[in-house]
Formats: sequence, C-alpha cells, structure tokens
Amino acid sequence: MIDKRVAGPAEAVADIHDGATVMIGGFGEAGSPIELIHALIDQGASDLTVVSNNTGSGEVGLAALLKAGRVSKVICSFPRTANSTVFPELYRSGRTKLELVPQGTLAERIRAGGAGIPAFYTPTGVGTPLAEGKETREFDGQEYLLERGLRADFALIKGRLADTHGNVIYNKTARNFAPPMAMAAAVTIVQVGEVVDPGGLDPEAIITPGIFVERVVEVATPAHESELVAAGSTYP
Amino acid sequence: MSQTQINGRTREEMAQRLAQDIADGSYVNLGIGIPELIAKFVPEGREVIYHTENGLLGMGPSPIKGEGDPELINAGKRQVTALPGAAFFHHADSFAMIRGGHLDLSVLGALQVSAEGDLANWSTGEPDAIPAVGGAMDLVAGVKKVYVITQHCTKEGEPKLVERCTYPLTGRRVVDRVYTDLAVIDITPDGFRLVELSPGVDFETVQERTGATLLPADGATR
Repeated sequence: MIDKRVAGPAEAVADIHDGATVMIGGFGEAGSPIELIHALIDQGASDLTVVSNNTGSGEVGLAALLKAGRVSKVICSFPRTANSTVFPELYRSGRTKLELVPQGTLAERIRAGGAGIPAFYTPTGVGTPLAEGKETREFDGQEYLLERGLRADFALIKGRLADTHGNVIYNKTARNFAPPMAMAAAVTIVQVGEVVDPGGLDPEAIITPGIFVERVVEVATPAHESELVAAGSTYP
Repeated sequence: MSQTQINGRTREEMAQRLAQDIADGSYVNLGIGIPELIAKFVPEGREVIYHTENGLLGMGPSPIKGEGDPELINAGKRQVTALPGAAFFHHADSFAMIRGGHLDLSVLGALQVSAEGDLANWSTGEPDAIPAVGGAMDLVAGVKKVYVITQHCTKEGEPKLVERCTYPLTGRRVVDRVYTDLAVIDITPDGFRLVELSPGVDFETVQERTGATLLPADGATR
C-alpha cells in the first residue's frame, strides 16, 4: 500500500543533511511552507544551499532559517524585502552567498532540472550583467544565453489538499514555484491543510501528480507569515 | 542642469494617458509603482486581462478589507482578487506566457532608457546594494510590446532618457515607447521620436531635459 503520510513536520525533515540543496516554495508568504521550515531550523542541518524566489520577511520562516546561520548560499531572484534585515546583513558580511537569477530563468531552470534537461537557451538577460561568463548562441538572428537546469536534494512545498499517494492541489497564487520544485528534487516534502484517501481528489484537478512527491504532512492550520511578522514573532 | 518649474502630467495623469493606448482584449502585465495605477483608467468598453507573474491571469483590484486571502497576491506581494474567468498557474507556465511572447504588453518603470531602447531598471550598481532582479529581465525579453512609464528626470534633475544607459541593463533594445510627465516618446531606429507633448509643455523643454537628440513628431514641422 502506498501511503506517503509522515507523522509531522519534524519526521518529514529529519534526514536533511548538512550541505544539502533545498528548494523552498513560495512567492513572498504565499506558498511558503512555514511549518516545514521551522522544523528544519529545529533539526539543525547547516551549510544549506536554498533555492527560493525570495529570502523571507521578519524573523520567521525562511528569514529565520537564514538568521539561524544555516544557509551558506541562496539561489534567488528577489532577495530584498521591505521588512527584513536578515538577508542584507548576511550578504554584506559575506556569510551567505547569492546567485541572482531572473525569476523566469529560475522557474525554467527548476522545471528543466525536473524534466531531465541539463541546460537550455533563453533570451532573458542577454546584454546584462547576469549574462557575464555564460555561453551565448545565435538562433534565427537572435542571441540567447545558455542556462543550466537545477536539481535539489529536497523540496519543501505547501499545498491545500493532498491524497496519500502525494497528488497535490494548491491554493490560488500559493502554487507558484511548488509544481516545478516537486519535479526537481530527489525528495519532495509537501505540507497540506488536509490529507484525503485516494479517490478523494478529482484526477482532472490534480496539479502535482504523486510521482513527484515523497512525503505528505498534514498541517491543518498553517501560520500566515504576515501575521507572525505583524505580531513581532521570531523563530525559534 | 538648471530648470524652471514645468507642470507636466501627474503620476495619475501619466497612467491615464498610457491607459488610452491599451487595446481591447489585450493581455497585460503591469509592473510595480506607477504602472499599477493604469488599470483603473482603461476606458470603459475595453476588456483587458491582467497577468501577474506569480501565477494569475484575470487579476482584479484589492479585496474589500477583511475579505482578502494572503495566498492571493500580486507581484508586489499585495492582496488582490481573481475576476470571473481568471486562471491560476505555476511559475514555469507563467514565464512561458512571458518569454514565449503570449502577452501583448508589459509596462515597467525605469531608471534609464537609451535612444536604442535599452532599459535599466533593476540596479544602480552601488556596491553595497542588495541586487534583486525579479521578473523584469524576462518581461522585456519576451513580451510583444514594452512600454516604460517614468518621470522624465530624476529627483536631482538628471535626464532618464539618455544616449547610453550608465546603470546595469535589464535588457538591450527592448523598449518601444516611453510615457513621462512631459511627453510620449517612441524608440525608433533613428532614436527618440516625439509622439506628443503633455499639455502646456513645449518641444524645447522636453529636448532640454532629454539626454539625447529628440526627433520631432512624424509629419510635424517646427
């Protein structure tokens, strides 16, 4: 019997090792798997490379993982937020490295990695500082950059509903990077509001098929990052 | 550059002017800042579908207070609504729409625009700044038309329309048209060409505040 449920966030992230590459879903707080990130902070893995669109806000969730000194490098499109000083301090002091990637290139690098495509050509970034050191090639009179696919050891993502086979449905714009990240990681861990039995989801409505998901954790009432930040919460 | 006070268009009037040029049925991505003001000025009778790169087509205005969902946001991370006919999708699909040339129009702000249509809008290149690019490079590389909406000059009075950008580029030869407080200007193979002046602004004033040659409007005699 296939049953991908695990007891809780702590069990779900228990084997994330030092030096792992971890993709973390979310665009701002939408889709940020905050309970899984907090479990990862508790677990203690360090020297992580984190692939995520942003670097968190306040001192909870992704910003708290950074603040705890666990991340040696972020691969990211927009590491600036109005209400967090965590990443800027780490970046300026050289403790966390940054690989800045245009947002669409980041999404496509992740998708390509998950789809078995080692590299691809894109028009994005041609003639800009982000093209430096990258191979270029002309197709049909236009210049393109070679970008590498991205894979990860783990992905931490958030959905609304999953079944025990790991099929996932998301909530609105919280979907964002989660489907491609689920494809690109060796072990994808999804936290969802509710887990149902096989047959409980309409197969036509499933966004991430269970083959891309290894572990499912039910977090019935996930915290909202903006509410924690507004309340001045910190983690741990 | 010493300048006398010229009252060109306000931010709202700039947005209103640009909105007149958005065709019925367009799929449009509006950047953060002045571009966000445009949607409310699109003339009645035109249906425009707004794309936000974090995964929504059919974006509507801000929710009524207390009825928003922190997981229904725009690219500026503010809560929005989804209109009837809206669709959600993941990031790789969202940028396939952008990069694949499926969107009709992208409207962005600018630090500088060059006479060849180069755009600089993501970094001033200061060593201590935290570099952040977001989706701007993808938008200018892929969307069919790229309009810039910006003040004509910086707060210090320096021209933003220049011969060559000195700030790091977002894209090379990507801008089609610029809407400023003083004028609407096309990027043509010959450089900046005036489309129209803002009310009460004359050509010489705009040329004086532009860092490259400004060609008169097509067919105009001066």
